[in-house]
Amino acid sequence: MRTMKEISLERFIQKVEESGQPLSEAFLQHEITETGKPREMLWELMRTRMAVMNQALKRGLESPQRSRSGLIQGEAHRIANWAATGGSLLGGGFSKLIASAMAIAEVNACMGRIVAAPTAGSCGVLPATLFTVAGERAVSEEALIRAFLTAGGIGLVIERSASLSGAEGGCQAEVGSASAMAAGALVEMLGGPPVQVGCAVAFALGNLMGLICDPVRGLVEIPCVKRNALGEVNAVTAAEMALAGCGSVFSADAVIETMGKVGRHLPEEFRETARGGLALLPIGDGMSPDQARA
Amino acid sequence: MGIFDIIGPVMVGPSSSHTAGAVRIGLFCHRLLGRTPSGVVIGLHGSFAATGEGHGTPLALLAGLLGLAPDDERIPHAAELATESGLAYRFEDEDLGEVHPNSVHIHLESEEAQLDVYGSSTGGARIDIWNIDGFAISLDGEFPTLLFVYPDRSGTVAVVSAILANAAINIATMKVHRTTRGGQALMAVQLDEEPSEGVLESLRHLPHFQQVRFIPALGFGG
Ligand code: SF4
Repeated sequence: MRTMKEISLERFIQKVEESGQPLSEAFLQHEITETGKPREMLWELMRTRMAVMNQALKRGLESPQRSRSGLIQGEAHRIANWAATGGSLLGGGFSKLIASAMAIAEVNACMGRIVAAPTAGSCGVLPATLFTVAGERAVSEEALIRAFLTAGGIGLVIERSASLSGAEGGCQAEVGSASAMAAGALVEMLGGPPVQVGCAVAFALGNLMGLICDPVRGLVEIPCVKRNALGEVNAVTAAEMALAGCGSVFSADAVIETMGKVGRHLPEEFRETARGGLALLPIGDGMSPDQARA
Repeated sequence: MGIFDIIGPVMVGPSSSHTAGAVRIGLFCHRLLGRTPSGVVIGLHGSFAATGEGHGTPLALLAGLLGLAPDDERIPHAAELATESGLAYRFEDEDLGEVHPNSVHIHLESEEAQLDVYGSSTGGARIDIWNIDGFAISLDGEFPTLLFVYPDRSGTVAVVSAILANAAINIATMKVHRTTRGGQALMAVQLDEEPSEGVLESLRHLPHFQQVRFIPALGFGG
């Protein structure tokens, strides 16, 4: 039989399984024990971080963000406007979802203030997913804070069993992990039991298995900003599957470990060195970003 | 590692290593001097030189040197702020050899001192200051830290530990580094808590030392 690791998602799930408490409670207890900080303080700290995320979201949606390199030209703002004029393919909620993740990631690219979650490059995925769905479903503030705690706990498990760094494990470790954190958090926020949180994590991470890190010019701009939208859409997809009752044939912990293994097998070219993948393509086939867009 | 290391730190983008870590290296220098320097020459190595511009690394380093934290929204305007504060700066590309790709050499000047600091941003906004004025050290800025420079002779360690013990301040680590030139030694003491101004004063008045510096813990912002 496999022995269970000190920190695994399964262990946290077991802790709350009998009492029927949400998974966030297990993570919160763990954090209280580890840091010695009182519950109210941790609660308040999360609220402050959420306020920073919210500011970044507003900024990215309201004013077009332009990066110093010129590679980012306010795409989030563009999508939001386009959706508002009826362009949206699947309704306003979906367009808002995409624009939100990109808005926060663009603020990061343009030297704005963000919360790394788990990294700066992937900082749009989690807050955009939770804020957008919470807005659509009229979720309470408590449920939202709990969802962020759950996301943090899932990230902690991934950090211990695999990696959260693009340089170590490719983009699957950054945007993939952010997506898994968001997927699990969504399930808790919408009232799914801890077992379904595990399924959502397994689906989200499994879907992005092997995603490489190939930042153009070594900057956190292309493909990073758009990958934040990918991570987010994937998170909602995984959460819907889990909430509908689709079961995972793999445990979340096994998928997490596998992501770590795949990361270690990725050639260095695909681990943030900007020496492989999209990073090698000529931009706009030799055109400037502006010409390429025209 | 806890939940708030995963959902955090709060920082100005775009990169925890090339931006937030760079601010923290600059901030370490600011705290080392105890003020904003009057002049700096900043040698960018490896990836800091190659992709630093697009990541705002030079602005981040300047912001730290001005005393700004990694989550300060004025970081993008650090160049203007430096000019306003009378901080003269110059950037160069510098090959520091077989060191971490995100490394920098900062030559600091102020009325009181000239110092050369070498540091690397090692990932997730963490830093390693690995050389100060020719002394090979390793400091991450996460503890309140005391630095002493003195002619190498016995008994010095005991004097410092006695004063700290008297003030009931726990020593986390204590290391003595020597240079060959001139028999100088540098002692780095990392503390579990901030010493009071009184304790710092009594340390500064000890006859043994040529330099006594205190660097408050840097923190991660937010
Ligand atoms: S491509 Fe690399 S730098 Fe960009 S978000 Fe993914 S892991 Fe981060």
